[in-house]
Amino acid sequence: MTDENVEIRDEVVLQVRDLRKLFEIKRSFKEVLARRPILYVKAVDGISFDIRKGEILGLVGESGCGKTTTGRLVTRLETPTSGHIYFHGVDVAKLQGKALKAFRRHVQMIFQDPYESLNPRFTVMQTVMEPLLIHGIGDTYDEKLEMVIQALEDAELKPAEEYLDRFPHELSGGQRQRVAIARALVLKPQFIVADEPVSMLDVSIRSGVMNLMLDLREKYHLPYIFITHDIAVARYMSDRMAVMYLGKIVEIGESDNVVFNPSHPYTRALITAVPVPDPDHKHGRVQIKGELPSPINLPPGCRFHPRCPYMEKGICDVKEPELVEVAEGHMVACHFARKLYEEGFSPSEGAEEATQA
Amino acid sequence: MAAPLLELENLIVHFKTHRGWVHAVDNVSFTIGKGQTLGLVGESGCGKTTTAFSILQILPYNAHVKGGDVRLKGRSILRDSVKEDGTIDPFNENIRKVRWKEISMIFQGAMNAFNPVYKVGDQIAEAIRVHYPDMSEQEIWKRIEELYDLVGIPKDRIMNYPHEYSGGMKQRAIIAMALALNPSLIIADEPTTALDVITQDRILGEMKRIQEETKTAMLLITHDVSVVAELSDKMAVMYAGQIVEMGTTRQIFKETAHPYTEALLGAFPSIKGDKKKRLKAIPGSPPDLISPPRGCRFHPRCPYARERCLEDEPELIKVGDGHYSRCHYTEELFGAGQGGGA
Repeated sequence: MTDENVEIRDEVVLQVRDLRKLFEIKRSFKEVLARRPILYVKAVDGISFDIRKGEILGLVGESGCGKTTTGRLVTRLETPTSGHIYFHGVDVAKLQGKALKAFRRHVQMIFQDPYESLNPRFTVMQTVMEPLLIHGIGDTYDEKLEMVIQALEDAELKPAEEYLDRFPHELSGGQRQRVAIARALVLKPQFIVADEPVSMLDVSIRSGVMNLMLDLREKYHLPYIFITHDIAVARYMSDRMAVMYLGKIVEIGESDNVVFNPSHPYTRALITAVPVPDPDHKHGRVQIKGELPSPINLPPGCRFHPRCPYMEKGICDVKEPELVEVAEGHMVACHFARKLYEEGFSPSEGAEEATQA
Repeated sequence: MAAPLLELENLIVHFKTHRGWVHAVDNVSFTIGKGQTLGLVGESGCGKTTTAFSILQILPYNAHVKGGDVRLKGRSILRDSVKEDGTIDPFNENIRKVRWKEISMIFQGAMNAFNPVYKVGDQIAEAIRVHYPDMSEQEIWKRIEELYDLVGIPKDRIMNYPHEYSGGMKQRAIIAMALALNPSLIIADEPTTALDVITQDRILGEMKRIQEETKTAMLLITHDVSVVAELSDKMAVMYAGQIVEMGTTRQIFKETAHPYTEALLGAFPSIKGDKKKRLKAIPGSPPDLISPPRGCRFHPRCPYARERCLEDEPELIKVGDGHYSRCHYTEELFGAGQGGGA
């Protein structure tokens, strides 16, 4: 991976190339003496994607697939083991000190649990003003206050004055998540990573927060990485979607292409498994076997092969598949991707009786 | 007509707190027939778990039963244990015989429901021993093997500790434990909420299969309408301590007759259908049950609210065969039991 390979386009905000993060497993004293080799959890194992201005990329997968680690790497809350993250063409993967702080001003994160991510002893104003103080933005208090109010109103906490002096325990879950969004917005970031921002919220609140995030995207052309385990939510929120499995992206493409013609067996299983709020929906059976293998001891070849219904001996358990383009912008990491893509897919596959379109 | 398996009649359960009475369950009535599944849907804090806990009488000490009755196979299981001030005697002999043997429960966050320092098999055996002290050890372990077969866990895992199980297996073991005494009703409180989609799909499939095999009735409590759509025949929607709509699952999805249900169904993104359509958000947040809104409890968030809704509390009105809605304008808004769905 050399810098020359990477096209630098104006509209691309973030380019991730071959990003890798290994976590070392601690050895006990005895194990060190016994010279047990150091084992690693391959949380993120060589992923690449681009995000353009105003685009939302959904990152979907089950727990333990590395989606949160990806988010934390991109915001540089973790330092990648190898690989590159180009932010407006500048590699930020190894930044440190002042340069890192300057970068962090432009990327913000919204966390899953608004009950944990807000300091219970800070008022809303203190919470939202904190980033301004850290980065030394705004000369006077009044100027800062104005930015705080603007951010709160952007997050639809209106009138903002009413919320300024409240503490998190005086707010509902949805309001707290809006405060967390305002805190991310106050720095006018160029990029936001939202890690399961609605999964802790009640159903009736959830759609409000999702709509708010879509509105903000429209207003500021803000790109997001939207991390979620719920493929229906990902489809609603994102323009493009990346499906992760054990640290790898197995399928990436326009959301509707991925949902309507998933060409990786794992994506198919994920989509079949989603319960549909319709009593007439004939539910297909998920055909994959077993459970997620440990990310310490990855299966050889395609890491999905032990669970895959399309597995062929001699191919899948030997060679690791590369991402291949099955249609424009639709990449799939499977040896049989083209075949699966051409076959097409219906979510009620395997249902007892095939009914309704 | 024979008495239904479980019958709740105008059950009222309030909690006494230093801020005042929390109206957690207000006039809740429903019935579950033998082998039926009723899905109870609502947001957190709407009283659905309290309803379940009042059936088993495992409520906290500050709960007061203010009225109503719970009947199992036509016989009251609540009257005996309610003291004069409305609090419940949790050690009443009658209810202790019912718990687990007649009605068992899959608790919310079942992943942590096992005691981590005892082997899973021992924990299931304990439940059997308590209710059948005469049963021989051999019979007990044979029964546990049967249960493991039923829920699909290999038998050599019986003597493992809970931490040796994966999330899906723990959930299966919890289901095995709930089935241990052949109950006639299982209360499943958010049985799949903490699981990944693929595991959830499998567990739901298993639950459906087991239910068909054992003819056990189920009260399924969840916030996720799609889980209900998959598992249950009948459905009740709860809001702020009251049932606002009740009917068959089909009626509720296809012939929606209450503004809250309509909003709830509209709030779920689907992987089918048109993406460009914006989800409808429900404004505001669920009310504080210490002082629920006057009149219709949904009126502050209801897009159709009129003057009458502010003062006059609606009753459950029949809108179709076995289909009820708690809204003054249900006929006007949704037509008489047809059309108008979400």
